[in-house]
Amino acid sequence: MSQKHEKLIDKKGLRLDGRKSDELRPIKIEVGVLSNADGSAYIETGKNKILAAIYGPKELHPKHLALPDRMVLRCRYHMAPFSVQERKSPAPSRREVELSKVIRESLEPSIFLEYYPRTGIDVFVEVLQADGSTRCASITAASLALADAGIPMRDLVVACSAGKIDGTVVLDLTDTEDKMGEADVPLALMPNLNAITLLQMDGILTFEEFEKAVDLAIEGCRKIYAMQKEALKVKYVSVKEVEE
Amino acid sequence: MAMVTRVKQKQIAQLIAKGKRLDGRGLTDYREIKVEQGIIERAEGSARVLLGRTEVIVGTKIEIGQPFPDTPNEGVLTVNAELVPLASSTFEPGPPDENSIELARIVDRGIRESKAIDVEKLCIEPGKKVFVAFVDVYVLNHDGNLIDASALAALAALLNTKMPNYEIEEDEVKIKPGYTQLPMTRHPITVTFAKINDNLIVDPWLEEEQVMNARLSMAIDDDSNICAIQKGGSGYFAPKQVLETAKIANEKAEEIRKRLDW
Repeated sequence: MSQKHEKLIDKKGLRLDGRKSDELRPIKIEVGVLSNADGSAYIETGKNKILAAIYGPKELHPKHLALPDRMVLRCRYHMAPFSVQERKSPAPSRREVELSKVIRESLEPSIFLEYYPRTGIDVFVEVLQADGSTRCASITAASLALADAGIPMRDLVVACSAGKIDGTVVLDLTDTEDKMGEADVPLALMPNLNAITLLQMDGILTFEEFEKAVDLAIEGCRKIYAMQKEALKVKYVSVKEVEE
Repeated sequence: MAMVTRVKQKQIAQLIAKGKRLDGRGLTDYREIKVEQGIIERAEGSARVLLGRTEVIVGTKIEIGQPFPDTPNEGVLTVNAELVPLASSTFEPGPPDENSIELARIVDRGIRESKAIDVEKLCIEPGKKVFVAFVDVYVLNHDGNLIDASALAALAALLNTKMPNYEIEEDEVKIKPGYTQLPMTRHPITVTFAKINDNLIVDPWLEEEQVMNARLSMAIDDDSNICAIQKGGSGYFAPKQVLETAKIANEKAEEIRKRLDW
């Protein structure tokens, strides 16, 4: 831990990448980027570069997994071997298995699964480059890809992390801030229903700090939500204008 | 997944809406907790936890291994969980599925993030040799809330764990007779909530788990800090419910720690 003494927040209150405590990294979102998928989205948050694709609703294989009263949502979160500093084995790690599960569970409440009984839908997330809070960016992209695939949804799901570094509660942690910081709180939200669909935490927070982190993450989610809607409009509303 | 009939689902939900539960507990009551330590002599530490009819044993093994390159002065903690087929008709033999991996990672996070083990004291030679603590969670009977039972059993087993004495002779680690207690500094307690309709209950048993919309687990350390959280299930929580669970989790963790005298 040679870098342990490095300051994550300087005297002016700015973080290593020059952000204020409640500032998001620059975000770029694009919808409908893969022609084979039924829906897709690409997101960049800072150095994170993530692709999400949807295949389905379609017949589920193996068939015995199908449910008589609703659609089965499956999710695979996967990191490319070149996405991190040291090559990651392409075989799914325990972390990826867990994240696939929590991402799936964060998207499930938003979808009208009961509209498509006996079918399945696959969500594939590929992290091309990782720099902290990838599960959050993955959820934001995957939800857009579901919307792009025309799946009936209650609301979009948007996710953002908050955490504590150098004793301060901050928004949207980078990889360095996650590793060197005191705590990380990833949170996913359905903004119109004010419903939290993913909540995890590791680190040490007092109740007051936790409350502050949740508030900050929700605020961050609402900002990203506006960008999510904008990205959908860019694909769908602009086409309509051309037709007129 | 075993099914609960719709009639029973409705009954469970309606009772909870009235502040009652099928087994007579209050909404924030735990089932009876029994902890027994040192049940497997071959293991360096072990414990059995009974949470109502849920039964989990944890055995720990201490081995000498290499530290991670980014933490050369720290011992290594490895948690694994097995949902053994004899514990439930819904468990199957085979490689760990997402449920057992998630369970292991929740238990791991509670211990790791609370800094329950003084890992620096597990260092033998910086960058070369450290003690590795293997924590293996074995679920023997599944009657709901495996998370709290496993986290408690893991902590109990670690508190019961002994490391071999050693000395370094010409760059070789020599094991000496006798043991020292594994250095433990904190006692994280994990409290799990289930949301059924819009009500929160603590320590769901199996039938309640099959009816719940979502669950939320929080690990609380000795100073009432939150050190790990995991939401599960395909439902959601309102922000104010999350804060409410954090408050109740703190009370429950304190209660359990007091009862076990940790």
